[in-house]
Amino acid sequence: MTPATPTVERDAADTTEELLTLNFGPHHPATHGVLRLLVTLTGEIVRDVKPVIGYVHTGIEKTAEDKAYWKVIPVVERMDYLSYYFNAMAYVGAVEKLVEVEVPKRAQYLRVIHLELNRIASHLIWLGTSALDLGAVSIFLYCLRERELILDLFEMSSGQRMHTRYFQVGGVMEDIPKGWERKVREFLKIMPARADEYGAILNSNEIVLRRLRGTCPLDADTLLSLGVTGPLLRSAGNPWDLRKADPYSSYEDFQFKIPVGTVGDNYDRFAVRLAEIYESVKIVEQALDGLPEGPHITADRKVALPPRHELATSMEALIHHFKLVTEGFRVPPGEVYNPIESPRGELACYVRSDGSSKPARVHMRDPSFVNLQALSHMVEGNYIADMIATVAMLDPILGGIDR
Amino acid sequence: MLDATGLELIAQQLREAAGESAVVDTVFFRGRGTVEIDPARVRSVLAYLREQGYDFLASVHGVDYYPHEPRLGVHYELLDMRRVDRITVKLRVSTDTPEVESVTADWPTADHQEREIYDMFGVVFHGHRDLRRILMPEDYEGHPQRRDFPVGGEPVAFTFNERDMLGPM
Amino acid sequence: MEVTRQPVDADALRVRSLNAHQLLRGADLEGANQPAHLQGTELEEYVQERVLMTTLEATVAWGRSNSFFPLAFGLACCAMEQFHTAGPRMDIARFGFEAFRASPRQADLIILAGRVSIKMAPIIRRLYDQMLEPKWAISMGACCSSMGVFNNYALVPADKFMPIDVHVPGCPPRPESLMHGILKLRKMVQDDPDMGWRERYDAYGTEEIIGADETFAPDAEEAPAGLVQGAAAAAATHEVGEDREMDTAGA
Repeated sequence: MTPATPTVERDAADTTEELLTLNFGPHHPATHGVLRLLVTLTGEIVRDVKPVIGYVHTGIEKTAEDKAYWKVIPVVERMDYLSYYFNAMAYVGAVEKLVEVEVPKRAQYLRVIHLELNRIASHLIWLGTSALDLGAVSIFLYCLRERELILDLFEMSSGQRMHTRYFQVGGVMEDIPKGWERKVREFLKIMPARADEYGAILNSNEIVLRRLRGTCPLDADTLLSLGVTGPLLRSAGNPWDLRKADPYSSYEDFQFKIPVGTVGDNYDRFAVRLAEIYESVKIVEQALDGLPEGPHITADRKVALPPRHELATSMEALIHHFKLVTEGFRVPPGEVYNPIESPRGELACYVRSDGSSKPARVHMRDPSFVNLQALSHMVEGNYIADMIATVAMLDPILGGIDR
Repeated sequence: MLDATGLELIAQQLREAAGESAVVDTVFFRGRGTVEIDPARVRSVLAYLREQGYDFLASVHGVDYYPHEPRLGVHYELLDMRRVDRITVKLRVSTDTPEVESVTADWPTADHQEREIYDMFGVVFHGHRDLRRILMPEDYEGHPQRRDFPVGGEPVAFTFNERDMLGPM
Repeated sequence: MEVTRQPVDADALRVRSLNAHQLLRGADLEGANQPAHLQGTELEEYVQERVLMTTLEATVAWGRSNSFFPLAFGLACCAMEQFHTAGPRMDIARFGFEAFRASPRQADLIILAGRVSIKMAPIIRRLYDQMLEPKWAISMGACCSSMGVFNNYALVPADKFMPIDVHVPGCPPRPESLMHGILKLRKMVQDDPDMGWRERYDAYGTEEIIGADETFAPDAEEAPAGLVQGAAAAAATHEVGEDREMDTAGA
């Protein structure tokens, strides 16, 4: 990197008007993942920020074109690596629209439970790493303590802590084991109290408040023109949430509030996400209370694997199983765009199918990719220390940005 | 929510507003409407739709329709937040002239997204203030997400093509 | 589990003590160095040197292995599990490795947690070069060990551009797996302190020396000089390099 030549006329004594280009990252303790920021400063005030991304570009969309539809699910999960259920949900929802298969009610409720637990887990890591950036190291360990409990729940239901392949086209892979519901309720009993703790610790900390209150605000109209959705938009006052506006997967059955901020500064972004944890707890409680009996995956054998005990007795089940595992199911040609609400905003999956058993194009509209464009608007004219806090509150996940 | 007749209505209005040849095709599939337009009119079409209420550009993404020509497609996903209505605007360009006018002047959200389409598909957006590669290294050659680009970045050497690839051994 | 006492064979003991004598005399070494014919003071010095050095080296190795300073380096999903390894349940601090350093100059263990893309590979290599000797690398997860779930144009397995000591499989590996990998590395370091990676991979002179890079050096002649400087410096400080031919014309 060549240093930027000063673009301002200098007089002899004044050296503070010189522009300094500072390179942040990609390896830097305060960038969440491998984000590289080219920051142009005068003194300590940021004049411009150019994010450089692509350092964890994995070619997931290209890889997905090479695999059968159900094999794409684990590949696509690894994109936004904190909200893996959401990636799977967006993709699986898109394929279900194409195949026109109906998801049973029980599967929808199970999906909602896992999605909301994943939302809590994602917000916990956000809280932990953001507090770490601001200097509060102990919050990081507290959040990891809660996240361990959530990952235990995921492990109980699907066998894996992260990237579980639990969502399949037509429903979920397996029904929940006995005792899972009890364990989830135990977790739900303690989570609001723990979230209260975090709020209490951070809200009474003078340094955190000073760093977050009033720093780097951005109004809702600019955010909308930049395509920003999710907690960032809600903290600026616009209550747009796809779970309420355009419900999918039985979200309309649940009662929950949408936390909305007023000013749109870093403190509002922090408060909105913290409040969302409580709302997610409520949703999971309601889903558990109303969990209907029924199949956990669609009965359409052309799309979903038959249960294993049938393979011993039914010839058709065996043939279906064989066809699904070797070739996969064929999807009628068409293009579909399926948006859902992930912890970072509108996560959508565009799937184009050409009639074969492999997708012709899978594109994930990742919220962090679009939200990152707002960074330069947010930090222009503010101190570089505020930029650190803003990057933390932006909650970028580089896996989703780079795909 | 848009239905098939609503889509036709919008297409008709677009033809009136942006010119007869603006709308190439309309598709109503699985409850969502898609309008295929002439690439030269993209800004006026999006401006017209913005007046109709679709003022949020959710996504700009590229598709490669290989082997159907014209190969490269660019999709604009528009959302009307007041009526919770979505519409897709799509255009197709060929690989010989992969040029589209950039919409970043009206829709700042298209900035990084158009760069990604340039990087992955090679579609050049005129009027974009900084069109360079965003995900691949700056000096990378090739456009990875085109369908004739091999997944591994280099063609796999089988017995039938290894002589051509690796040279006489 | 049953604990049994094995009777010791008296002959076996004698054989072992004979072997120890030979060891001290250096009769076990193959090749050039055969100090089997040392007598008197020379033998004494030789013995003293070997016993003292071996114990010292072992102590140093023990110290090094129990005080890894990992580099805080997370790339993708494996970084989340790396956080959990440092978290309260699978506490990495009970082994003493909780001091994650931000700067590579202060770290001696780089845990590559996540997938390495082609854009990131030179940067990781630069980070690894900036670390001071002795340094070790753990490749965490399937993506950096091999390309993992992805087999495409964008990824590079870490072995292609830097030497890795321990590969930890998993996608992502559980915190217990990562811990197992780190403890395996610890055992490796305790047992075999001499194995520097440069010796293993025959990689002398491959460090990046700032000042030899074209973008920073004002004239082109500085570039080969810088490389020579680095290679010669490495040769000068390494005893084993005496009988090695250093290619100083252009490493």
